[in-house]
Amino acid sequence: MATVLSALNKKLLRDLLNIKGQVAAITLVMAAGIAIFIIMFGVLDSLKLTRDTYYERYQFADVFASLKRAPEAVKDRIDEIPGVSISQSRVVFGVTLQMESMLEPATGKIISLPDSSPALLNKLYLREGRMLFPNEENAILADESFVKAHDLSLGDSLTVIMNGYRRTLNIVGVVLSPEYVYSIAPGALMPDSKRFGVFWMSRRSLEAAVNMKGAFNDIAIKTERNVALEGVLSQVDAILKPYGGLISFARKDQISNFFVSNELKQLQSMGSLAPVIFLSVAAFLINVVMSRQVATQREQIGMLKAVGYTNKEVSLHYLKMVLVITVLGSIIGLALGAWMGSGMTQMYTEFFHFPILKYSFSLEVMILSVFSCALAAVIGTLFAINNAAKLPPAEAMRPESPAIFNVTLLERIGVHQYLSFTSRIILRQVERRPIRTLMSSIGIAFALSILVFSFFMEDSMEYLMDVQYGITQREDVNIGFVEPKSAKALEEIKIIPGVLMVEPLRNVPVYFKHKHYKKRGSIIGLNKEPMLRRVIDENLDSVNMPNEGIVLNTTLARILQLKVGDIVEVEILEEKRQTLIIPVSAITQEFIGLGAFMNIHQLNKILDSTPKITGASLLVDQNHSAQLYKKLKEIPAIIGLNITSVLRQIFEDIMAENLLKMVATNVMFASFISFGIIYNTARITISERSRELASLRVLGLTRAEVAYILFGELGLITLLSIPIGILLGYSMSVGMTESMDSELFRIPVYLKNSTYGYAVLIVLLSAIVSFYLVWRQVDSIDLVSAQKGVE
Amino acid sequence: MTSLFKTEKLKKSYVTGETEIHALRGVSTEIPCGELVVMLGPSGSGKSTFLNILGGLDQPASGKVFFKGKDLANFNNHELTYFRREHVGFVFQAYNLVPSLTALENVALVTEISPQPMDPLEALEIVGLKNRANHFPSQMSGGEQQRVAIARALAKQPEVLLCDEPTGALDSETGIVVLNALMKVNEAFGTTTIIITHNAAIAALAHRVIHFSDGMIHHVHINDTRKTPQQIDW
Repeated sequence: MATVLSALNKKLLRDLLNIKGQVAAITLVMAAGIAIFIIMFGVLDSLKLTRDTYYERYQFADVFASLKRAPEAVKDRIDEIPGVSISQSRVVFGVTLQMESMLEPATGKIISLPDSSPALLNKLYLREGRMLFPNEENAILADESFVKAHDLSLGDSLTVIMNGYRRTLNIVGVVLSPEYVYSIAPGALMPDSKRFGVFWMSRRSLEAAVNMKGAFNDIAIKTERNVALEGVLSQVDAILKPYGGLISFARKDQISNFFVSNELKQLQSMGSLAPVIFLSVAAFLINVVMSRQVATQREQIGMLKAVGYTNKEVSLHYLKMVLVITVLGSIIGLALGAWMGSGMTQMYTEFFHFPILKYSFSLEVMILSVFSCALAAVIGTLFAINNAAKLPPAEAMRPESPAIFNVTLLERIGVHQYLSFTSRIILRQVERRPIRTLMSSIGIAFALSILVFSFFMEDSMEYLMDVQYGITQREDVNIGFVEPKSAKALEEIKIIPGVLMVEPLRNVPVYFKHKHYKKRGSIIGLNKEPMLRRVIDENLDSVNMPNEGIVLNTTLARILQLKVGDIVEVEILEEKRQTLIIPVSAITQEFIGLGAFMNIHQLNKILDSTPKITGASLLVDQNHSAQLYKKLKEIPAIIGLNITSVLRQIFEDIMAENLLKMVATNVMFASFISFGIIYNTARITISERSRELASLRVLGLTRAEVAYILFGELGLITLLSIPIGILLGYSMSVGMTESMDSELFRIPVYLKNSTYGYAVLIVLLSAIVSFYLVWRQVDSIDLVSAQKGVE
Repeated sequence: MTSLFKTEKLKKSYVTGETEIHALRGVSTEIPCGELVVMLGPSGSGKSTFLNILGGLDQPASGKVFFKGKDLANFNNHELTYFRREHVGFVFQAYNLVPSLTALENVALVTEISPQPMDPLEALEIVGLKNRANHFPSQMSGGEQQRVAIARALAKQPEVLLCDEPTGALDSETGIVVLNALMKVNEAFGTTTIIITHNAAIAALAHRVIHFSDGMIHHVHINDTRKTPQQIDW
């Protein structure tokens, strides 16, 4: 009779079927690990490829610089810098827009497009409509995100205030630009396509409107390959300095690109941690299951060796079991990962407003994920299989000698008098195999920690916003002026109806230097004891502005390698250039941005003689807020108006969009683990103990007493896992925040007590469900055959 | 007579739990080809240990054990495995069938790795279980399982058949069937068969009876006449 499978392989398959519940549990965990691996790296690769292709095709510039005003001829000198390939001079101007749908004014940036030739750098992708005609007046191209945010269409006109004049501009085309993948207003921290728009206009037309005929105030530069950017940047600065040039910067510091890179970096760190956890848990589960298989099949192993199977053949037989499980897990994981991955890439492409989508599902990622999985599984099992292989056949076929038991620690203390006989069995069992008990607890703890960790992001983000917008920024609205105003402006604002309180703010763009560390940023000058926009320390207490010296937040201090008492060199990037030496008075904790603060009076004093403010924080009477905002909108001197409640909403929306999907996925996968481990552990414990438990029943113990013995041990293991899991979850959260620290924001480690509660609840529920499923099996064990040892 | 096995001063001890047991204290004997040998002795007298060493399942602490002139005590693990694979058939008291394989597949398990196997179905026929070929152990009685085990052992056409308490778990009627099968194999194929048993009555079936006591051979008895399984006083 010809058969396709050898007898040993048939045994393999039937053995797997016998433990199909456990196989299913492990497969799910493995599949989850592989899926996450693929999703993360697949998505990451795709996004990187998409971004790089986009930048390449649309000639995204390498160096950017803005200045006050220079004649066109200066551009030629930039072209002559060694290393510069091409440059594109532009006129860029900030405007405010009156949008009906919004209370506060929107801000915008208008960028010129050359009339006689197509743009060389930072080319536009036309989504709808047409490009501009040469010298076309009153026509603009609008960036897609703004158009979508305001539900605009081609042909709509926008009313803008440009250079003090009101103008009406028509939208003739909707575009995307590699320079504004994220639309972030100058000085803002979060992208906000509703309140900030980017537009393009004919160069001639724009020049005329803002008095820049024959001149430029912005330049984009493409460098040759492998050019040292430092050199180019400093030469550009040197040329532009006399024309009011601000420090030039390279692509990596360009705000939109920075944001995209940051996003990808976060994706990378999240993607690296999760798969490792899942695959470790899968390896642990496989180890437990296979150890049990080898233990139960001890006599069969002995027999196989007795009839002449080599150690290698026996080991291979069990290794195949592991591989079958791995293959199953891989297939499901790959399929799941591919499906979810393409969905996620699509979602990100829309989020980033990439005009193209390049989905890269690299074979390498697939192979790597499966290989890691298999490796984890095999390593997890090697120990058990090795034990099986090494057992001499005669030994293997002898019934296992009774386990070695000792009087437990607790009994030596004398506690046992208070314990029932059944409780003593539990304790002795636990103490006899401390490592096994601990490992099971750790396994369940892992599940718990993943749940804790999954919720932590939400908790922390909420905390972050509560602190930022409830404690740090207590103003209702903050406003910025087009140009620095004298202190008199404060008085004028105070008398506007609806304003309850005003505090000044001076924002000075600077360049920090300490030894060889440099960072571009700004100093914010505040009142000595600010009440509205404040600066806080780790204890969430308000920090007063020192009489002298500067207050830095921890991240900025770290970047510049400064501590309290050090001196920092500050180059002021205002019209009147100067470099100041300022001592560091304090270092604070702020979650958002790279804050540097000084006493505004001190700041004014060292900068120039007259006190100036660039903005103010206001406390507003909520009953009159609508009218107040309307009034403020109409004041041309006010360029920026941020309503704190709106800012908070934006932050929440962004976080929600990114975070929620990730959290939901994690919770689902974590539940797999949680159930998988508990179910497995329960099944295996039953398998080991059914004979002795049946014996106890025959001896006269009730079902309840046997249940107590069985689940008492499992319950103890579960209870033990709770503190371990909570600790582990907390550590994972700390690890994640550290890896996600960026200059934009730092996530605090904050976990609500209720979060721990929910996580524990989910684990306990899984435990109860597993116990119930397993108890149904236990109860149905035929007492007689169980006693004979037939499983 | 040619010796299949010859042992010289075999010693062996092993540890179970926390106790050390001296199973063999110097056993020297010879077992000729083609004989049916029964080994008797109380529990713990060393008969199983001796059988295991003969079968290459275990190795002596000291002494020599020759199989056709080659000393098994010098064999490494790999050589012992091949020795078992090619020359020895085992029948255990606990049958040790693979529960997830049918009777036929249990026999095939062994024939697939033998250099000169019998057809598995043929082996089952010899023990009278051809019609149970596709049944699982759980569907068979103790006697039937034991006969499958015998079929499995003889399917590789071994030179020696080692049986450790083959009828220990069976009633007299089934026991007789099993013993018949073993005798049939011994007579038809000339397979040297060594049987360990508690049941002294079975000794009457053997050519040679070896009595074990306290890890040593007490005495060896050669039978002038042999009975059939039906004739013995169970």
